[in-house]
Amino acid sequence: MESNSNVPGKITPDDNVRLMKGNEAIAHAAIRYGCDGYFGYPITPQSEVLETLEALMPWETTGMVVLQAESEIASINMVYGGAATGKAVFTSSSSPGISLMQEGMSYIAAGELPALVVNVMRGGPGLGTIQPSQADYWQATRGGGHGDYHFIVLAPATVQEMADFVGLGFDLAFKYRTPAMILADGIVGQMMEKVVLPPFRPRRTDEEIARQCPWAVTGRAASRKPNVMTTLELDSATMEQNNERFQRTYRLIAENESRCQTYYTDDADYLIVAFGSVARICLKAIEEMRAKGIKVGLLRPITLWPFPQKQLAGIAAHTKGMLVVELNAGQMIDDCRLATDCSIPTFHFGRMGGIVPNPGEVADALLSHFPEAAN
Amino acid sequence: MTIDEIKSPENLVYAKPRLLNDRHMHYCPGCSHGVVHRIVAEVLEEMGQDNNTIAVAPVGCAVFAYNYIDVDWIEASHGRAPAVATAAKRLNPDRLVFTYQGDGDLAAIGTAETIHAANRGENITIIFINNAIYGMTGGQMAPTTLEGMKTSTTPYGRQPELNGYPLVITPLLAQLPGTCYVTRQAVHTPAAVAKAKKAIRRAFQSSLDKRGTSIVEIVSTCSSGWKQTPEKANQWMVENMFPAYPPGDLKNFKD
Repeated sequence: MESNSNVPGKITPDDNVRLMKGNEAIAHAAIRYGCDGYFGYPITPQSEVLETLEALMPWETTGMVVLQAESEIASINMVYGGAATGKAVFTSSSSPGISLMQEGMSYIAAGELPALVVNVMRGGPGLGTIQPSQADYWQATRGGGHGDYHFIVLAPATVQEMADFVGLGFDLAFKYRTPAMILADGIVGQMMEKVVLPPFRPRRTDEEIARQCPWAVTGRAASRKPNVMTTLELDSATMEQNNERFQRTYRLIAENESRCQTYYTDDADYLIVAFGSVARICLKAIEEMRAKGIKVGLLRPITLWPFPQKQLAGIAAHTKGMLVVELNAGQMIDDCRLATDCSIPTFHFGRMGGIVPNPGEVADALLSHFPEAAN
Repeated sequence: MTIDEIKSPENLVYAKPRLLNDRHMHYCPGCSHGVVHRIVAEVLEEMGQDNNTIAVAPVGCAVFAYNYIDVDWIEASHGRAPAVATAAKRLNPDRLVFTYQGDGDLAAIGTAETIHAANRGENITIIFINNAIYGMTGGQMAPTTLEGMKTSTTPYGRQPELNGYPLVITPLLAQLPGTCYVTRQAVHTPAAVAKAKKAIRRAFQSSLDKRGTSIVEIVSTCSSGWKQTPEKANQWMVENMFPAYPPGDLKNFKD
C-alpha cells in the first residue's frame, strides 16, 4: 500500500514514535490495545479515527472489527451489542453525534457495560461549528442521557494522552464495569504532535473473555444458565436496588480514580483551572505572568468525572482566587465552586463558537478579575 | 391400561421444547407470540444451537422474550435490534444471531437499522411479528396498521391523508442485494405453523451458512389490541391482513 499524507502506512511493532493527529493516535492506540471492534459514523472534526482504522485494516492483523454504521444511533447500539458480548469496543463522534448517542449511552451505563466513547468536541448548540469547543462538559459529566448514571470522563491535553487514554479508558471501564469517555476538543483531535504509541497487546481470547466477563452474552455455554443483558426491570424495589449498586460503583470510582495535573501551585496566589488543550494555553499565560512576578498556578483535571475535588480544594485553601478557563459559557466552573464550597472568589473566562483564546487574553482576564495581582 | 403405560415415549405426540422454560408468559390469550416463541425454541433445539445462540429482544410486547426461551439474550433499545445484532454477529461470527421484532420496532422507529443491516447483508435472521398494532402500549397505530383500521390513535380508522399509508416493508427488504431469504408466514392453523417453522429453520440455517440477512415476517393476531376473541382475530387476519400482507416467499435461494 502506498503511503501518503491521508493514509498512514502499515504499522510495524518497532515503528512506535510517530508524528500524527490526535484522532489518528486514537485509532493506532485502539489496535495496539487489542480492541475488538469500532463502530462509527463520519463527523468533523473526528473522522480521522474511522479513516485511519479503515486504512490500517486491523481485521487482517489483529482481527479487530471496523464498521462504518448508518448513523450515530446505530453506532452506539452496535457498541452496546458488542460490549454485551464481553468484547472491548468503542465509537467516536463529535458533539451533535454524541447527542444522538445519549439514549444508547444510558443503556450501556444501565447494563454496566465496559465500553469507550470518544467525543472530539465542536462548537454548539445545534449544528454549530466544526471548530473546537468544550461546551459538552455538562453533558459528559452529568450523564447526558436519561437516568442517574455516569461515564468515567478523561480529558486529554496532548496527542500522547489521546493515545494513552484509550488503554486507560478501557482498563477503567473493565475494572469497574462502567463505560468511559474520552472528552477531547477539536484542537487535540486535529493537531499533530510526536507520540510514543503503546506496545501491541493481543486481543483477549474467548476463554479469557468468559473468565473476565462471566456476565457476557457469548452464546450460552453448556455449563451455565443463560446470560441476559437487559436494562429493563419493572419491579421498582429491584430497580432501586440496581440504582443503589450503580451508585456504589460511582462512589468507589470517585474515591479512587480522580486524576489531575498541577503546575506552579505550591506558591501560587491565584489559580487557573482548565482542561484539555486550553490548559496548555493557560500554562503559557502563567509562565508569562510569572516572568512578571505574578504567582499563578494551574490545575488541569484529567478526569472530569470524577472531578478532582479534594486536589482542587487543597490548593484553593492557600490561594486568593480562581479563574476557570473553558471553551464554553461556564460549565466546569460549577464543579470548581462545589469542590471549594465557594470559599474563594471564582470567575470564569471562556470563548465560544469555536474561538480559542491566546495566552494574553487569559492573563488579561485573570488581571481584570484580580487587579491586585499585578501590584 | 394405566396412565403411566399410556405416557410411554412411543405414544408421545406433543412435548414442550426443552428451551422453552416454565415461566408464565405475559402474552394475552390468542396472541401469536406464544406460538412463534415455541417454534423458535423447537428449531433452535432441533438444530443443536442451544449453546451457540445470541438472540436480540425488541421493545414492544416481545420485550420479555428473554424470559421464556433459554438462550443468551441481549435486550435492545426500541428499534435498534438489527444494530445490536450486527455487532454481536461480527464480533462472534460463528454464533447464530437473530432478532425478534414487532412492527413498530422494525418498521417505524427502527426502519433505518433494519434496512441498513439487511443492505449490508449481515448474517443474521430477523423474525418480524406484524400484527398491525402497538400491543404493549395499548393498541396505538403501527406503521403496518391497515387503511380504515381503528386503533387508539386512529379512533375513526386509519386515513392515509391524515396518517399515511400502511408500510409494507418486507418487499422493500427483499429488493436489497444483502438479503438471501425473505418470507411471509402466519401461525393461525397447524399447517401454517408447520410452514412457519420450516421457514424459521431455513432462515437460521442461511444465517449460519453466512448467505446474508434472512427475514421471516409472521402476520400475527393481537386479540386485545384488535378487541376480538382469539377465534375472531384469526378469521379477521385471514380476511383483512392477508390481502395486504399475503403469505408466501418474497425471495429465496436455490439449495
